[in-house]
Amino acid sequence: MNDQAQILPGTLDLLILRAVSLGPLHGYGILLRIGQISGNALFIEQGALYPGLFRLVRQGLLKANWGTSDNNRRAKFYELTDSGRNRLREETDSWNRLATAIASALSQQPEEV
Amino acid sequence: MNLLASLRFRIAMLFRRSRIQDELEEELRSHIAHRADDLERSGLDRAEAERRARIEFGGREKYKEEIHQALGGNLLATLLQDIRYSLRVLRKSPGFTFAAVLTLALAIGANALVFAVLNALFLRPVNVPHGESLYALQRGNDTYIIQSYPDYIDLRDRNRSFDSLAAYNITQVGFDTGKNPVSVWGYEASGNYFDTLGIHPYLGRFFHGSDERGANSAPYVVLTYGYWHSHFQGDRGVVGRQVRLNRHPFTIIGVAPPEFHGTLLIFSPEFFVPMVNAGQLDGTSDLNARGTRWVFEVLGHLKAGVTQAQATADLSSIGAYLHNTYPKDDDQSTFALVRPGLHGNFFAPAMRAFLAGLMLLAGLILLAACANLGSLFAARAADRSQEVALRLALGSNRTRILRQLFTEALLISLFGGAAGLWGGVVVLHWLSGWQPFPEFPMNIPVNPDANVYWVALLLALASGLLFGAVPVRQVLLTNPYEVVKAGSAGLIAGRGRRITARDLLLVVQIAICAVLVTSSMVAVRGLTRSLHANLGFDPRNAMLVDTDLKMAGYPDDRVAAMQRRMIDAMKAIPGVTSVGLVDTPPLHMGWDVSDVFTENAADLRPPNAAAHAILYKISPGYLQAAATALLAGRTFTWDDDKNAPRIALVNREFARKIFGSATSAVGRHFKMSDGTRLEVAGIVEDGKYTANLAEDPQPAMFLPILQSPASDTVLVLRSSPGSNDAAQQLAPAIRNKLRELDAGLPAFIQTWNEEMNGALFASRMATVSLGVLGLMGAMLSITGIFGMAAYSVSKRLRELGIRIALGAQRKEVLQAALGRAVKLLACGSALGLVLGILASRVLSYIVFQATPRDPLVLAGVVLAMALLGLVATWIPAQRALSVNPLILLREE
Repeated sequence: MNDQAQILPGTLDLLILRAVSLGPLHGYGILLRIGQISGNALFIEQGALYPGLFRLVRQGLLKANWGTSDNNRRAKFYELTDSGRNRLREETDSWNRLATAIASALSQQPEEV
Repeated sequence: MNLLASLRFRIAMLFRRSRIQDELEEELRSHIAHRADDLERSGLDRAEAERRARIEFGGREKYKEEIHQALGGNLLATLLQDIRYSLRVLRKSPGFTFAAVLTLALAIGANALVFAVLNALFLRPVNVPHGESLYALQRGNDTYIIQSYPDYIDLRDRNRSFDSLAAYNITQVGFDTGKNPVSVWGYEASGNYFDTLGIHPYLGRFFHGSDERGANSAPYVVLTYGYWHSHFQGDRGVVGRQVRLNRHPFTIIGVAPPEFHGTLLIFSPEFFVPMVNAGQLDGTSDLNARGTRWVFEVLGHLKAGVTQAQATADLSSIGAYLHNTYPKDDDQSTFALVRPGLHGNFFAPAMRAFLAGLMLLAGLILLAACANLGSLFAARAADRSQEVALRLALGSNRTRILRQLFTEALLISLFGGAAGLWGGVVVLHWLSGWQPFPEFPMNIPVNPDANVYWVALLLALASGLLFGAVPVRQVLLTNPYEVVKAGSAGLIAGRGRRITARDLLLVVQIAICAVLVTSSMVAVRGLTRSLHANLGFDPRNAMLVDTDLKMAGYPDDRVAAMQRRMIDAMKAIPGVTSVGLVDTPPLHMGWDVSDVFTENAADLRPPNAAAHAILYKISPGYLQAAATALLAGRTFTWDDDKNAPRIALVNREFARKIFGSATSAVGRHFKMSDGTRLEVAGIVEDGKYTANLAEDPQPAMFLPILQSPASDTVLVLRSSPGSNDAAQQLAPAIRNKLRELDAGLPAFIQTWNEEMNGALFASRMATVSLGVLGLMGAMLSITGIFGMAAYSVSKRLRELGIRIALGAQRKEVLQAALGRAVKLLACGSALGLVLGILASRVLSYIVFQATPRDPLVLAGVVLAMALLGLVATWIPAQRALSVNPLILLREE
């Protein structure tokens, strides 16, 4: 587990939106999906997911419905709303800009400054 | 989300809370089940899989808490939860809760009470429509509020700042409805009085400016609601009835509304008559005498838009006009506006100082109560450190725990505040109807209003936050792992022997209480001493009979003869040893002061006066009846009449001031302001004269009543020494004799001691209030020391057990258990005693002979504090001594 990175504060919401954008998922499924799309490089304590989920529902970015999972258990499925989709796009753009800027800053060689 | 939607959401959340809670539980269960399914698939058995899934999930309670926060709608819900939890905690320790609520109830109640009185007397306008714009006029140069009638008329007609100016004067008349005449207090009011104030009659009509058509032109009387109810049984047919006031016929024209008690606080009139008829009631008519100031107060509503400065400038220009036109009668005068109600600055300053002092003491009580509760709370927080540590370890955050502690503190303070306010309101209602003087109608309108409720609420919240804040640091510093590992004992051991905030709080609290105990003892002692002080007369075994021959319609030339007949009649009553007459007995409310001049003075204007002497008009025999000692010379006889040379008796202080020594004064002369030259016939002892026992020696003079007539007088009857009851039993005989002389003469009969209640009123009130506060201070220090001692014993039971097991003596055990509490008590008491002595200097202005440099008081305070300490540490000491080391050690 030690090679897993702690996620940056505030990025969990973005990861959740991204995970759900590929199709409706229940909480545990979202965790699995995040692991899958990040190559299991991030460590998220399982319970930490839920405050984020409830926050996003309250902000109207996600909507939730009870359904039945593949394991034949009752579970609450989350999917993106329209404003959630817009938010994901905006957040992705701004994250990319930030990441590029930081990456470029860090990759500068001393003589180039 | 906009505000409204958010609010709706929050409220909806409250109701849907349990459903959401269920859903959340189900969702988390579902999550763990899914994870367990996966783990099971990887080869674990189901039970192990579920255990692992739960561990991986993390702090479930913590996340649930965070989810609630994310939902935002649970501020209210958390509050309710906190309140429910706090109530449960408080119910679990009813003794603590009761003590805490009671402490606060007393402290907040005392504050609310004092504030309500302050509010009623100084902050709230008089109870008339638009009372906030009502002002009384006061002469700026001599701060004198009394005016002459012609000056009032000029002020009324010439000012441009007031809607109208009304005036009133206080009078006492013989009120005769056909049966026994009684003496009743009322107002002589200007015709426009009711119209100026905007008061409407409850029954019938009021008199108006248009009713005034010259002296004695408006023989009308308006009753107050209270008098109409008590003396006319609320008979609606009373309007139009004829009554006699001082034997002159008047017609009842109306009844004032129930809430109207005149425009003066404290004194409440029972009727109103037009001021133009004052001549009939007062005997002489001063309606045209510009130099005689007798109109008690002139008042009116400022016109809208006129500032106080504009009004005073306007009035002062009238003052200048009056001075230029009537230089003989009117000094150069500026005017100031003052609040009506307390008669300008006449008695306001003393009362304000006293109430401010009380407010300060009450504030100290509350502070002491907060210190008390603060240390109790800190002790409880220490006891609950296990619980707090456990909650922290389980993932609760410190903010939440603190919020819960504050909720507990605020609940206690609000309960205490409510209980205190309730008690305060009961006392205030009683105070509003209080009639301390039988001959003098009172109106103390101290009923609480919104201001009082707000202050009580604020005080409750502030004190809750104050004592709730004491354990904060303790909670913030709690290290959950240490506490759980070591148990609460580890926490105490780490604390050591240094001085803690709690010790400091206790010292402060005890110091405050000692201040209160000291001041109340100083006051009580002062009062008892003043009762035995040399007053210059002896109120024991003496009766006072207050009569006013004007009330029975006697013209001036028949007054003297009637007075002599009354004295002779009283002398004939068996048991009466001496009888005399005085216009106003000493220490009575209302006294005459006159300027006196040396014999050679030529310019008899007030600034040249050699002294202001209190003036008494007495009959022969008064000195014996009052038991005032004659030091030199002779007393008056019935031959000292208008035809005899003018003479006077003076007191020792007068002789010292005017003639330089008491012995040589007899036979020498002095002058009154009208130029009369008086010869000193004798010297009498000094005494107390004004209605204040704390006064310094004052010059006084006694003139023969035959040379300086007065019709409103008091007969003094001295009976042979015996019980006070014996004097009282004379009352029926006195009444019979008076009825034989004149059935229509109202008389008020009481013992001199009863009458003294008025003079002692201020110091009695001060003593009672300080006594109550001192008692509360004592109670607070008991609970404070008790709390501290009980806590330290219970914390150290194990240590004490070991000491006993190792053979410690009782003394050593007690020292170990209570030494600290006793030391703190001693420190606090010493500090409080010093502060109390300093504070008592202020007291000596109100309470006669209140001196803190009194060994009895010092000993009393030390003894009281020691006793308090003994009472408070008794139970904890017993507990420390009865420790059974075997049981204790086994328990651990």
